[in-house]
Formats: sequence, structure tokens, C-alpha cells
Amino acid sequence: MSELKSGSNLEKVLTAGHFAFTGECGPPKGANVEHLIEKFQYLKGNVDAVNITDNQTAVVRMSSLAASKLMIDEGLEPNFQMVCRDRNRLAMMSDILGAHALGIRNMLCLSGDHQTFGNHPQAKNVHDIDSMQLIALVKKMRDEGKFMNDEDIDVPPKMFIGAACNPFADPYEYRVYRLANKITAGADFIQTQCIFNMDKFRDFMKKVVDMGLHEKCYILAGVTPMKNAGMANFMSKYVPGMDIPDSLINRLKSVDKRDQAEEGIKFALEQIEEFKEMEGVAGVHMMAIEWEHRVPEIAERAKVLPRPVV
Amino acid sequence: MIVADRKSLQEILAMVKDDKKILIVGCKGCVTVCNVGGLKEVEILASSMKIARKKEGNPIDIDINVLERQCDNEYVAEISESVNDYDAVISLACGVGPQFLSEMYKDQTFYPGVNTTFFGGATQHGVWEERCAGCGTCAIHNFGGLCPIARCAKSLMNGPCGGSSNGVCEINKDTDCIWDAIVRKKMEAGELEDLMGVKGIKDWRTARHGGPRRSIREELVQGNI
Amino acid sequence: MRLSYPADIKVIQVPCTGRVDILHLLNAIEDGADGVYVAGCLEGECHYIEGNLKARRKVNYVKKTLTELGIEPERVEMYNLSSAQGARFAEIAIEMVEKIKALGPSPIKSSHAA
Repeated sequence: MSELKSGSNLEKVLTAGHFAFTGECGPPKGANVEHLIEKFQYLKGNVDAVNITDNQTAVVRMSSLAASKLMIDEGLEPNFQMVCRDRNRLAMMSDILGAHALGIRNMLCLSGDHQTFGNHPQAKNVHDIDSMQLIALVKKMRDEGKFMNDEDIDVPPKMFIGAACNPFADPYEYRVYRLANKITAGADFIQTQCIFNMDKFRDFMKKVVDMGLHEKCYILAGVTPMKNAGMANFMSKYVPGMDIPDSLINRLKSVDKRDQAEEGIKFALEQIEEFKEMEGVAGVHMMAIEWEHRVPEIAERAKVLPRPVV
Repeated sequence: MIVADRKSLQEILAMVKDDKKILIVGCKGCVTVCNVGGLKEVEILASSMKIARKKEGNPIDIDINVLERQCDNEYVAEISESVNDYDAVISLACGVGPQFLSEMYKDQTFYPGVNTTFFGGATQHGVWEERCAGCGTCAIHNFGGLCPIARCAKSLMNGPCGGSSNGVCEINKDTDCIWDAIVRKKMEAGELEDLMGVKGIKDWRTARHGGPRRSIREELVQGNI
Repeated sequence: MRLSYPADIKVIQVPCTGRVDILHLLNAIEDGADGVYVAGCLEGECHYIEGNLKARRKVNYVKKTLTELGIEPERVEMYNLSSAQGARFAEIAIEMVEKIKALGPSPIKSSHAA
């Protein structure tokens, strides 16, 4: 394998050809470090890296940069998320440098949910550059050692660059091309939106493989275990870009309320088994929303433990 | 055109609550076309305000005038003889009007009677929609003639984001996803190639971010041509 | 028919209720009228296609304005009847006058009285 781009654990796991397993953790709505560290413990050793969300759904939370540093201190590897909604190019570049200085080696570049969804809908959004341009910016800083304005950076920040992909948003036919653009921009790995519609995802991955995109970048399939039928219903109706087939909702409804969580996990485990075999899928991104404590069990049952040490 | 919405009667009445004699001045430009600050709207506002003040037992004298435009000093000058006869003046022009008035008549108080909203046009009778953000560097030809800066909620140059669903933006069901329209138009025209790669980073200096803007046409500055 | 209707009403004739303007209604209220109503042709039977429908929209606009000003919107109404319905005309006149009497005098003092 060629020289590593950032040397992050996630990069090493993927380049070594292992099936990656990443987690996700939302920083607290406050400065409650204890609770955050408690959530880290469920993920430690069970995943290769943990996404630290950046004011997700436009709700103010502890900074993703600070939470990423707290995570490093606890011996886990963060995947530092950065959205284009809250920072202009100056703030982005300075936070990228700061992230590298703090030992962060993975970044996920996102547009960010619109602030109308969040708890400060009155806010002015930034969107100085978009997620595609942010990917290209991180790559330029890393590979060329230059700022956006072409000035030299004395010590360039080394990041393993991630991007998101939602195969279930519209127009569907264009989604694979947008993914190709993100790879052209410089994405090293992709984490997809939560997948529930397996038929559509299989079709999408076939297109990805046909275009050879899986050879240019690692694609991690997004999995969110459903806690119950109510959650499935809610996400289907209110979370933008979600495609939740009725068959899944009905499957959850078909079992007793007490058993719906188990049914949701079973579905997630079936998905993971299929992803392990699916051409072009290099790993799974487990988004157990406010369910971090179930991750050890899910990882165990998904037979992705122990995580490789590389 | 510049589109505006009238402020509520309560807000306007509160502005001039201590005044006894005011002037309401409309504009025959954009605000007449978007039915918010032309002669008809000036008359309706005057009558509504008189009703309100009579109801309070505190009647108000209101004169009205509608200028050709409030964004040209030669027209703003037309009220020079009478403007100081009033306790205050309400302008129903876009935000430009009350400023040109304030700059010319420094001793008078001018209140904005409308909230200026955007550059747009009428998509049907009574409905106006935004089309332009006045960013100073027009590139709509690169996007099938549709502007992602003004019409995408995130001003994405490389859309659509993951919130685009059935041609509708994630922010609400009444907002079209302009990127959905751009992509479909390009695909139908067989010009998908135009959307491949990363669209360049925008230079916002030509937008408001570079500070207040000014356009200078030298040949006109020198005199009529 | 020799039908009688209240003398409280001042009838202003227009060729079509489409001619009635928001300002006519507002000015009447402004000048102290306790109520004002528009009697147009039956909907669908306007000789000018939709004059009476336009009049209804204008009446609704004025109702909204009055509401915003804290004045009973019922002081402005739209009625539809055909020119052959003399009895209905008298009935509407009585109904409107009774409604306004129940509301009491307009809170707007007539400028002529001031």
C-alpha cells in the first residue's frame, strides 16, 4: 500500500483491507464532560473511529472539535465532523489546523442540516463554501500544503478525508454522479446516510461498482438500528432524506412492543451481514442514535469484534 | 423587481403615534408593480390609519404623494417645498426610498412602511418569488439558467444536498429544490458533463460581503451621452 | 311590491359591484358609517363575469383591515341577490340594520361631526 495520507487508525484499517466498523457520538447539549466520556466507553474497542457530530440537526451542542479532543484523551479515535453552515473559510481552515494540532486525523465534510430544523432558526447561516469545496480544501491543505489562497502552510494538516452520501435523496439518477464528484474533490472515504431501503441501496451500489468508484474510495454503509416502530415512523415522516420502506415499519409493528428493539437490531444485523459480502462496501458506519450503550452488543452479534489492531 | 411586504398597521401606527400630521409617500417603481407601495396602497394605508386614529379619539392628518421613483434624487426633490410641513413621513418604497429621502431632507424623520424582501417576480397573480441574490457575479448560465445562490437554501454550488426529496427542499414543502431542477434540466438536455467535477469556490467580494457596493459608469458620470 | 326597508340605509348605485373599491368601503367607515354592505348579483350571474366575486374579495380585505384595527369586521358585508329579488333586498336591509344596531355605533366619530 502506498504512503498513508493521515495515518489514522481508520485509514490503516481500511488500507489493510479490513471491514471497517465506525460509530457515532453526539456531544452533549451542555458542558457535561462526564456523560460524554461515559458514552465513549461503550464505543471504545468496539469501533475503528467515532464520528463526532457538529451541531447535528442544527441544534447547538458542545463543539465537535472540543469533543473530538476529549475523545482522543480517552483513547478513542474521532472522526471530526465539520459542517459548512456554521463556519466561513477562515474558521474552517483554522479549525482544520487546530484539529490536526490536537491529534485529529479523520474529518467528515458536510453541508449541514438547515438551521430551520434546529433550536436557533433565527440564525444567519454561512455556506461560504459547500461540502464539495470543503473536501477539496482539506485535500489541498493536506496534499499541496497550501491554504485556499495558495499561501504555504508551514506544517500541513494531515487528514483522512470523509464525505457523506445519501443514495435515497433525489434526483436518484444523479446521486452516483454526485458521489463521483466528491471522490474527484478528494474524499478518501464515504459514509452513507442510514440505509433502510435495501433494494434501492443494492441498485445504487451496482451503479457505484459499474463506475469503478469503489476502487477510488472506501464506502461505509450507514446503519441505524430502529428502537421501535414509532422511531421508524417518525424518521420516515420528519427526517429529511430518509427512505424507510413500509415493509420495515410493518416488520417492527408485527412483534410485541417489548420486542421491537430486538427486531430492529436483528434487521441491522442482517444488513451488516449483507454489507460484508456486498461488492464495493468497505465497512459499516453504525449510527446508534442515543443508543451508544447497545453498540457493544450489536458489534458482538455482528461478529465484527475484536476490531483489528493495525 | 424589488419585492416588499407592507408592515402591519400596528407597527406603522406605533411609529407615528405622537404625530398629528404626516405624509405618506409612495413610489411608482417596483413597489407599485408588486402592489405594496403605489397610489392605491398609499390611499388604503392613509384611510386605514385615519380610521385607527379616529377610533382612538386622536385624529391624524395625512397627505399623500406618489413619486416617480424614490431612488433618484431628481424625483425625491419634488417634495422639497412641503416635506417639512409634516411631523413625519412614511415611505412605502423599498428600503432605498426612505434613505434617499433621509439623505436629502436631514431635518425630517422618514419611516419605512414596508419590509423589503428580495429581487424576484410574480409567479402568479399575488405570489412573488425570489430569483436573484444580487451576489455581483452572475453565473446562472452554468446552472441551466437557474440560480443556486438565490434559490438553494444553502446556496450550494455543488448540489443537491441529501435533503432534496421529490423536487422539494428539506426546509419546507413549499420550497422547490432548485438543484433538483438544475440536475433534471441538464440530464434531459444530455449535458450532465457540465455538472461533473467541483464547481469553483465563490468570490463573495462582489456580494455584500465585500462591503457596500457601488456601480460607476464613467461615460455617464462625465455627462449625458 | 311596495316593500319597505329601513331608512337607515343610504343606497349608492354602481353599474356593477366590480366598481366598488376597497377605498369606497374604507372611506365610508372613516367618515363615520356604522356599517357598509355591498349588494351584488348572484355568484355566477355577473354580467361582467366576476365583478361580484372581486367585490367579495375586497370586502374580505376590508374585514381583515378592520380586525387588525380592533373594529368589528361584521360592519362590512357582502350579499348576493338578483335584481328580481325585491323581497330579499328588503330582508337583507333589515338584517344588516339589525346586526349593526346590535353592534352599536361605530367607534369612529364622523369627521363631519368633529
